Amino acid sequence: MADVKKIATRESYGNALKMLGEAHDDVIVFDADLAGATKTGIFKKAFPGRHYDCGIAEGNMMAVAAGAAAMGLVPFASSFAMFAAGRAFEQVRNSIGYPHLNVKIGGTHGGISVGEDGASHQCCEDYALMRSIPGMVVMSPADDVEAKAMVFAAYEHQGPVYMRFGRSAVPVFHDPETFHFEIGKGEVITEGNDVAIIANGLLVAEAIEAAKALEEKGVHARVINMATVKPLDNELVLQAAKECGKIITAEEHNIIGGLGEAVCAVIAESGIPCKVKRVGVNDEFGHSGPAVPLLKQFGLSAEHLTEVALQF
Amino acid sequence: MTASEKKQLQIAACKVRMGIIEGTHAAKAGHPGGSLSAADMFTYLYFKELNIDPADPKNPNRDRFVLSKGHTAPGLYATLALRGFFPWEDLKTLRQIGSHLQGHPNMVLTPGVDMSTGSLGQGVSAACGMALAAKHMGNDCRVYTLLGDGEIEEGQVWEAMMFAHHYKLDNLTVIIDNNGLQIDGPIDKVMSPYPITDKLAAFGLHVIEIDGHDFEQMEKAMAEARATKGVPTGIVMHTIKGKDVSYMTNSVEWHGKAPNDAEYEQAMGELNALLAKLEAE
Repeated sequence: MADVKKIATRESYGNALKMLGEAHDDVIVFDADLAGATKTGIFKKAFPGRHYDCGIAEGNMMAVAAGAAAMGLVPFASSFAMFAAGRAFEQVRNSIGYPHLNVKIGGTHGGISVGEDGASHQCCEDYALMRSIPGMVVMSPADDVEAKAMVFAAYEHQGPVYMRFGRSAVPVFHDPETFHFEIGKGEVITEGNDVAIIANGLLVAEAIEAAKALEEKGVHARVINMATVKPLDNELVLQAAKECGKIITAEEHNIIGGLGEAVCAVIAESGIPCKVKRVGVNDEFGHSGPAVPLLKQFGLSAEHLTEVALQF
Repeated sequence: MTASEKKQLQIAACKVRMGIIEGTHAAKAGHPGGSLSAADMFTYLYFKELNIDPADPKNPNRDRFVLSKGHTAPGLYATLALRGFFPWEDLKTLRQIGSHLQGHPNMVLTPGVDMSTGSLGQGVSAACGMALAAKHMGNDCRVYTLLGDGEIEEGQVWEAMMFAHHYKLDNLTVIIDNNGLQIDGPIDKVMSPYPITDKLAAFGLHVIEIDGHDFEQMEKAMAEARATKGVPTGIVMHTIKGKDVSYMTNSVEWHGKAPNDAEYEQAMGELNALLAKLEAE
């Protein structure tokens, strides 16, 4: 995909916030000394009076955002996924989730593609943590076009939203002219009935590549981009279960508590006979290294997805 | 403050204390000690200080109050009921299934509650967010928050103080209920937060120390807070945990325990006697 434009979804987040800020005066942005890395600095540059740095104090930031939302503003609170969903979990749960306040959380640097910083910063638990909060919408975009649309959809949604964005540049495969994003709706990217790959985040591009490789071997794979982990598009999952009978889930997250488990739960309760293989981080911590080889090492690649599908 | 005004506040505070006993007795649970220590401040805020209207509890221009020490909800609820936000009879439903009066304040359910709290250290941050938002929006309302002295052991409180000072939140008044006791014992034995005043001052707040059972001192401190520009104000109020119920006074045991029937009768007897005395004077 060397000729394809690549953009990190955190960059898309920053750019989308700027566009959102132009459209809506009630949008304000909080960050915790990471405006450069989370890319909210793009918003800050455009609207310095609407960006509030909270310093290295993520718990305080989340409850501050809750207070601002209670006053009628629409705050976007940003940090690395590890600190937004992890460190500040209880503030998100009690001050934002419990009163169902209209706070949008942007967790950047999700997953092991954070790379060189190592396991302390590679958050593979955020879907699990955020999914467990009643009323919380949990999403992660696959590319730049979807990330921007997601930020606007989050603004329109009344209530708390958690969005995970990535550090590394990922291919842009959606057409901004025709793409439509809806919270809770998955997207069928390739048709096929032999196996379904339900992925999100940077694994969607890998799944598309895997589907191409599988096609060459006569295996027709249905790739589904499941950007919204919660509320899950149950209908689309069950349709795939019924029509394919075999599902591979793919996510840059611990296989415990994320998209894979959400898909398993829906299928198990439906009674539809369907086998599932979960591709993700296998309940282990990551480590330092450049993102691309790291992803390959952890099996979060088109090659590994192809292999899993062929052996399924 | 006229003598008559002061008397009215004292009478209202006595009724608030009765409401605290009613609620915790009916619930067979709850936190009477810290509710009683803050009863005079609750009363002052809702009957004198706050710009609020029980008929219009969601008015965007109202002053906000965040009970950061959320476990003393019985005190807030009794005050809100007495002020007319909901019927007094509701107090007897405290902590029961179906009641809007949850064990800790819930802004979604209870009219007059501005923020859901209960997990210590978070309410003060939310109050900072409200004060910041008010400034951002050009809303000249004020924001008040009440913390326990044990609560300030939470690190988040100091993150919030840093934030309040950094953003010059002079529309924020942070009140610390210094009754000296927390669940496990005296605060200086469990994990001393002292010196409280010096700490607040070091974080850049304008700090005022008052007797938390003296309405005239409250009036003076609140006026001073309103007049203070450029920095938030901290009010450290020295109080007596369990005040005006003899067997609860200065007792760690009554931090989070409800009176039984006999204890209820005794407490109400004492408070009724106090009320009669205040009304007769």
